[in-house]
Amino acid sequence: MTKANRCWRHICRLEEILEGTGVCAKVEGRQVAVFRLEGKLYALSNYDPFTRANVLSRGILGNRGERRYVASPLLKHRFDLETGECLDDAQVCIPTYAVRCERGEVWVGLLGRER
Amino acid sequence: MTKRLVIIGNGMVGHKFIETLCSQPHDFTITTFCEEPHLAYDRVHLSRYFQSPRPNLGLADPETYRAWGVRVIHARAQAIDRTRRVVVASGCEVEYDLLVLATGSYPFVPPIEGRELEGCFVYRTLDDLARLEAYAGKARTGVVLGGGLLGLEAAGALQALGLKTHVVELAPRLLPQQVDELGGKHLFRYVKALGIEIHLGKTSKRIQGQKGRVVALEFADGGVLETDLVVFAAGVRPRDELARQAGLSIGERGGVVIDDYCRTSDPYIYAIGECAAHRGRTYGLVGPGYQMARVLAERLLGKESRFSGADTSTRLKLLGAEVASFGDAQAESPGATEVLYTDFARGLYKKLVFSEEGRLLGGILVGDTAAYPTLHGLLGERLEQPESLLLPSSAGSAPLPAKAQVCNCTGVARQQICEAVRAGARDLAALKQATQAGTGCGGCVPLLTEILQQELKALGEAVCHHICEHFPYSRAELFDIVRVMGYRTFEELLQGHGRGLGCEVCKPAVASILASLHNEYILKDELLPLQDTNDRFLANLQRDGTYSVVPRIPGGEITPDKLMAIASVAKKYGLYTKITGGQRIDLFGAHLHQLPQIWAELVAAGFESGHAYGKALRTVKSCVGDTWCRYGVQDSVGLAIRLENRYKGLRAPHKIKAAVSGCVRECAEAQSKDFGIIATERGWNLYVCGNGGMKPRHADLLAADLDEETLVRYIDRFLMFYIRTADRLQRTSVWLEKLEGGIEYLRQVIVEDKLGIGGELEAQMAQIIASYQDEWATTLQDPEKLKRFRHFVNSEEPDENIVRVEVRGQYRPAYDFERLTALPMNQGGAHD
Ligand SMILES: Cc1cc2nc3c(=O)[nH]c(=O)nc-3n(C[C@H](O)[C@H](O)[C@H](O)COP(=O)(O)OP(=O)(O)OC[C@H]3O[C@@H](n4cnc5c(N)ncnc54)[C@H](O)[C@@H]3O)c2cc1C
Ligand code: SF4
Ligand code: FES
Repeated sequence: MTKANRCWRHICRLEEILEGTGVCAKVEGRQVAVFRLEGKLYALSNYDPFTRANVLSRGILGNRGERRYVASPLLKHRFDLETGECLDDAQVCIPTYAVRCERGEVWVGLLGRER
Repeated sequence: MTKRLVIIGNGMVGHKFIETLCSQPHDFTITTFCEEPHLAYDRVHLSRYFQSPRPNLGLADPETYRAWGVRVIHARAQAIDRTRRVVVASGCEVEYDLLVLATGSYPFVPPIEGRELEGCFVYRTLDDLARLEAYAGKARTGVVLGGGLLGLEAAGALQALGLKTHVVELAPRLLPQQVDELGGKHLFRYVKALGIEIHLGKTSKRIQGQKGRVVALEFADGGVLETDLVVFAAGVRPRDELARQAGLSIGERGGVVIDDYCRTSDPYIYAIGECAAHRGRTYGLVGPGYQMARVLAERLLGKESRFSGADTSTRLKLLGAEVASFGDAQAESPGATEVLYTDFARGLYKKLVFSEEGRLLGGILVGDTAAYPTLHGLLGERLEQPESLLLPSSAGSAPLPAKAQVCNCTGVARQQICEAVRAGARDLAALKQATQAGTGCGGCVPLLTEILQQELKALGEAVCHHICEHFPYSRAELFDIVRVMGYRTFEELLQGHGRGLGCEVCKPAVASILASLHNEYILKDELLPLQDTNDRFLANLQRDGTYSVVPRIPGGEITPDKLMAIASVAKKYGLYTKITGGQRIDLFGAHLHQLPQIWAELVAAGFESGHAYGKALRTVKSCVGDTWCRYGVQDSVGLAIRLENRYKGLRAPHKIKAAVSGCVRECAEAQSKDFGIIATERGWNLYVCGNGGMKPRHADLLAADLDEETLVRYIDRFLMFYIRTADRLQRTSVWLEKLEGGIEYLRQVIVEDKLGIGGELEAQMAQIIASYQDEWATTLQDPEKLKRFRHFVNSEEPDENIVRVEVRGQYRPAYDFERLTALPMNQGGAHD
């Protein structure tokens, strides 16, 4: 899991993600939800494991205390933007991905072994 | 250095292990062997397979496994080579650094003659049940061999399949493991009353067959029972054959021997679940298996954790009968004494077992198990008045002692729950997370909720109306703040009166308030992040992530040309079409990227947005009225159309429905609507705050015999007053019930204008009406906005996960169980 192993994929321009919302990107066959909140970017799996639909990118963003999350638009389960943990069910955690912005372009990073 | 972790068996416990491990950062590459065609499913509720509609029992799905990076091999593992550290299956060998056995049990089939005949079944897997169901279709009578838990469950299933059902048990009573003689008698009467025949103390000699099929069961005493099929439910045996071949230590009564860390006699191999024998004991319950799964996952993540045996107390609902048994239920401890309560007429039987010093050792409850959590939690305690816990009247109402165990799966007592509430876990989700209670079978959740509410009440918390943690105000207070301060964005409100970033509760509520006050285009950049998905895409999100589209059809009146326009759109995009309860046509199954094209065609045909997606005015339904009806006294269609056009797009705390009937026969059901109008010879009667839905309420008459102008004025005032003062998601019916003074007060405000705000309310409504725009028409004009209507930001493809199934000549989204069974073998396979 070294940094060198990560390969980056270009997603879109930063201005294509409205502050306070998310988009879904297709990266190496996966659906990755990328969110922009208060100057930070987050990338999670787009798949809501409770309803088995690919919809998380369309959820509302919020915070509970220190934790920032996205609430699934279907049944409102909340997922931590940093860790992918479900705030409503400690057993559930969804994948997260590395994401960064360079010169206005957004990139998602996958680990070498995940390719 | 990543380690190769291989798991054999993807049952309930194997899956729980993988799930627990993958919920944390870890360093393993994981492979699991899965012999069944489906990934893990809920075996505990297997019998629900026979329910209609067939429920989805799946616990795992390939998508999640793929996301976790777990490789699934749908094959049976055939051997373990411990020297080379590989698992051998037909067609492949997989190397491991660590191996976990989670192979469960197999059903025990006694060596009885005829057991290979067609018509003999076991009851363990989905496939077993599918075969049984298919065969039962041709059968009339069925016999279950075994009167234990599994046997009674299988008997219930046979009955549900419509068979005359018999249960045959070797022991002199039902549930010989769990209850005593008297308890067995109660159960016997109960099961018999269900129409199931019970044969106790019977040894089966052989199964008779004809042309290779079962025809009868013959007993050792010479008796014969004719039957078309036999289900074996005579117990299970651990599946330890792989471990035996590989030379691992096996327990005396079977099972792979493990220590407190779930390690077998080979330090590279672990075993968990029903296949494992811990301190000489195997567990046939899922709870202990889950505990082992958790212990092992935690160990592999480097945490201190050990398994030191589990409690096998059970509380069951078998065929609708409540049965609980715990501790030393059979009074086997030396010197044990018993206290009994029994009432055959009411089917109640309760027994407590005490030690010589009067400490509670165990018990049995049949018919009423309400006292079970209390009693279970009191094991080992001295009871002052045991009879108070046994007598039916006081049993349920006895306050739960602090030590009483509430959640069996996780062993959490009432005390811990109360402490967690006091420490800040103020809702069920937080409470579950803080204590883990309620995260197993879920059976204790109602009790958990009750304790939570009691505790909140004790803390004086129940009176808090704050909309969420971001605003210390109710919705009505927020509405006034926004109105008085003239705020136009969420940011202004948050900075002035809130904290944090907002959430899925306050954002849509504020969006709705802003819309009720200013009626700006809801997809403006500042407003868009506040909108629920429906409002954000101006369509209704459905369960598979696609949307439905509802064009407005005011009053339900529509021309043939417009019908054809809708039909051609539906046909072109393959949409499922349904007439709604509100006299409109709903088009289901539109992909996100299709919404703009669909609406471009609908707008061109003269349609506007129906706002079916919003907490907004939906429809004004109408009967046919004097346009055609021979009873009609007024033009109900015309009025409905005028009203619907007047209030279309009006956003409110909850969706609003209305109706107009042309005479007292009330064909439009106006009295079940938020506002309803019934024509009289002299004008219009206005009814308000009715409700269909979950909690129906008949509307109240607000004013009678109104001319149209007065009618409209009253409705304006009524709606605006509701919008100003209601709670979030509060319907008019509930709002009125909470309104001090009720309908009398409302009449004073609306009709008599006692508060002197009538003019203000009307002016506000006039402003909303004047600023109406068709949101779809506006959106179609804006290429920037249209860009958001696609599934991927970087690809034009649709979501590939959407699966459709044909139904009655149209398409609907697949149910989960259909995806599960439609899943081809090896689908979860290698992707690395
Ligand atoms: C009808 C029924 C009702 C039940 N009701 C209850 C209840 O009310 N409460 C309760 O606590 N428990 C109940 N149980 C028991 C509960 O289901 C089990 O305790 C639990 O499923 C055990 O989990 P496991 O993972 O150890 O075994 P399983 O769930 O049986 O999983 C083992 C899996 O491993 C697979 N496997 C085995 N060998 C291999 C191999 N060599 N290669 C590949 N795969 C292999 C099997 O095919 C199986 O899918 C019930 C069981 C049944 C059948
Ligand atoms: S409510 Fe009266 S006017 Fe309307 S359809 Fe029924 S009978 Fe006719
Ligand atoms: S008793 Fe099963 S989750 Fe609590």
